[in-house]
Amino acid sequence: MRLSARSWVLIAALVLLAAVPPLAALLKEPFYLDLFRRVMIFAIAALSLNLIMGYGGMFSFGHAAYLGIGAYAVGVLTHHGIDNGWLQWGLAMGASALVAAAIGAISIRTSGIYFIMITLAFTQMLYYLGISIEEYGGDDGLRLAQRSQFSGLIDLADPVSFYYLVLAILVAFLVLGHRIVHSRFGMVIQAARSNDARTRAIGFSPYLYRLAAFVIAGAMCGLAGALLVNHTAFLSPEFMNWTRSGELMFMVILGGMATTAGPVLGAAAMLLLEDALSGWTQHWQIIFGPFLVLVVLFAKRGLAGLLPGGARER
Amino acid sequence: MILLIEQTLNGLQLGVMLFLMAAGLTLVFGIMNLVNLAHGAFYMVGAYLTTFFYQQTGSFALGVLLGLAGTLVVGIVVELVALRTLYERDHLDQVLATFGLILFFNELVAILWGRAAIYATMPPALAGHVELFANLRYPLYRLVIIGIGLAVALALWYVVVRTRLGMLIRAGASNRTMVAALGVNIRLLYTIVFGFGAALAGLAGLLSGPIYVVQPGMGELVLIQVFVVIVIGGIGSIRGALAGALIVGMVDTMGRAFLKPMLATVLSPSAADTAGPALASMLIYLLMAAVLAFRPEGLFPSRGS
Amino acid sequence: MPDPILEVRGLSKAFGALRATDGVDLDVLPGETHAIIGPNGAGKTTLIGQLSGLLRPDAGSIRFAGEDITHLPAPARSMKGLARSFQITSIYREFSALDNVALAVQAHAGHSFRFWRPAHADPELRVPAQKVLEEVGLGERAEVLAANLAHGEQRQLEIAMVLATGPRLLLLDEPVAGMGAEESQRMVDFLATLKGQRTIILVEHDMDAVFTLADRISVLVYGRIIASGAPEAIRANPEVRAAYLGEEA
Repeated sequence: MRLSARSWVLIAALVLLAAVPPLAALLKEPFYLDLFRRVMIFAIAALSLNLIMGYGGMFSFGHAAYLGIGAYAVGVLTHHGIDNGWLQWGLAMGASALVAAAIGAISIRTSGIYFIMITLAFTQMLYYLGISIEEYGGDDGLRLAQRSQFSGLIDLADPVSFYYLVLAILVAFLVLGHRIVHSRFGMVIQAARSNDARTRAIGFSPYLYRLAAFVIAGAMCGLAGALLVNHTAFLSPEFMNWTRSGELMFMVILGGMATTAGPVLGAAAMLLLEDALSGWTQHWQIIFGPFLVLVVLFAKRGLAGLLPGGARER
Repeated sequence: MILLIEQTLNGLQLGVMLFLMAAGLTLVFGIMNLVNLAHGAFYMVGAYLTTFFYQQTGSFALGVLLGLAGTLVVGIVVELVALRTLYERDHLDQVLATFGLILFFNELVAILWGRAAIYATMPPALAGHVELFANLRYPLYRLVIIGIGLAVALALWYVVVRTRLGMLIRAGASNRTMVAALGVNIRLLYTIVFGFGAALAGLAGLLSGPIYVVQPGMGELVLIQVFVVIVIGGIGSIRGALAGALIVGMVDTMGRAFLKPMLATVLSPSAADTAGPALASMLIYLLMAAVLAFRPEGLFPSRGS
Repeated sequence: MPDPILEVRGLSKAFGALRATDGVDLDVLPGETHAIIGPNGAGKTTLIGQLSGLLRPDAGSIRFAGEDITHLPAPARSMKGLARSFQITSIYREFSALDNVALAVQAHAGHSFRFWRPAHADPELRVPAQKVLEEVGLGERAEVLAANLAHGEQRQLEIAMVLATGPRLLLLDEPVAGMGAEESQRMVDFLATLKGQRTIILVEHDMDAVFTLADRISVLVYGRIIASGAPEAIRANPEVRAAYLGEEA
């Protein structure tokens, strides 16, 4: 089976990720376990955004909303004494899907700059909603009393178990995403991005397909949100701050839009860079900002874009 | 009744400030086809510079003048250095690149003045109240803001509709290549328009200083409301910006003032206590969604876009 | 005379002060190849846009096989059997030629809410797509990226996508636009093989193509049809000649 350079890089990345816990234990640096688990969670979020943005051309500046919804689903249920992980994570995905359906139904009727502004506005609306509810921490946030419980199947308080669970979910979503993108459904989404007029002329009505993709992406990101709040053990409306949405977009672009490896590479590059820079100076954003500008101007194909892809990748 | 009038004036004041921001953003978009996410940065810069110069010189008037001039300069520098390359790019690239600029500016301000909110003193001359009619004392400062805002709206209308520059602006908005072909110095026009837009944002920022909070990131909070204004009003049109701004200003202010007591008549006080503010903060976005459902181009879309 | 398969009555569309389509009446008979010609700026592409559904008319009606389709959006018209090719090549540049045609096949193969099986390997799509590619003469080029095809081949791909939707009526907007003499001839020869089997509305500038292929011709000037009939009658029509004064005729 011939694999492209991109695929090899992705496989290598996944193997490296799998090796982190034993390596971290060897080096007695549990911090790396934390860091790379965070990378993987954001890779899942970026993956979901890549589906609609990279492949679908829907530049949603509001994707962090679903991180928030997923996190709040877990946080709110825990706060009220319901810590069943299945229920919480199910709600995280379900609520995200519902909100995505509502926001998408309105937003997808627009395109271009309107779409960007509208998705941004709706996310901000949810952010303000989150801040205004004092019972769940308001703008200070809320400590998670207990992580999601899975009736003895897995203990999320154990860092290594949790790490491998996240890795497993990442791999599962990578496979799922790949299948979706290359299925008939995925082809319509890509076609609608590539040439909207032609797509209508041959008989497709893109709206419902785009909406479906939007909902799927929202649900996936909702799960990432549930994972994130378990990771930080702290619920905060900052999860859905609009700057977080911007970060997600950059992860997708930096990694390489419309590639399978892109979200993983992008999340890793972005978070590792942030980590390195912030260790150096507390004002790292003054370097990071111009860096992002340069990425947009000169490196829009992203990291995966530098490598030759498979037969049917751009 | 008094409360209603007071809140109406507050709504007008918010609307006028949103208009100052929206006008700049929509002008730049209409003429240069540039989406500038960092527009909020000029709002912030205007507030910070004015506060700084006021503190340094002791004169509010001087502070305002230097603050505005400073923002204008910053705007022009940004246009020359960072934005020239973006005119050719698509809107998404512009959004992303200017997003990077936001991070830069917020951090720059934090380095110079710290991350905590700074205190922008109200100039004593404007600090009083005006007795509008019996029982209604309204802050003079807010009336001044309303006055300035309406004056700017009038001046903008005059420039756009009745001057040669305005004609170029309108022509540029609907046909860029034509204007360039007529031999007008497009580069200069762009720089002027952009600087002007930045100055408008800076004006909104410095006016807001004494009554709202001055801190890194303040621009973005306003900016998103400005997006709502533009979506409702229609992108690229000054008329739309004014209509949208007044509507959003009113709805937001009224919502925050009256929604909780209104809900309290049908819900329990504690429920109204939570639902009121929550719903009020969502109101303008729901309004935006409603407008989009019926008129996706906005209320007064410009024909060029 | 059989009932027209396409009946256009009083179709109008204005862009501001410009009346691009000004009360157009048109009848197209089943199985005929009907050419629409006219000087530059006559409004031919606007007319095609309204017939295909991508543009909404301000007034008038369009009936297809007896059914009123005036307000039907483009995808629905495609499903009814109306297919359109674009004057400026409109294909999926990042996909292979085969994938381009397969998409057209897919659009008419039921709904596409299928998320698991790779579309590229699906014989239900591949086989018919390959067949159509061979029909238009692109059989060898199936796996080539559409962006890498020569201009003439891309125009052929346009036609292939139109055919792959199994249409009853083809709307072809300048199919030989930008093609050299040899390629044009090949395209005209190919279109000639479609004559009679399907109804074709052909918008064209190239008069050789028009007079070779057309059963009837309608002449569009400033948004109005000024003459309609057999090719020889049109050739001799003084109004038509006047409209084309200075243009090739």
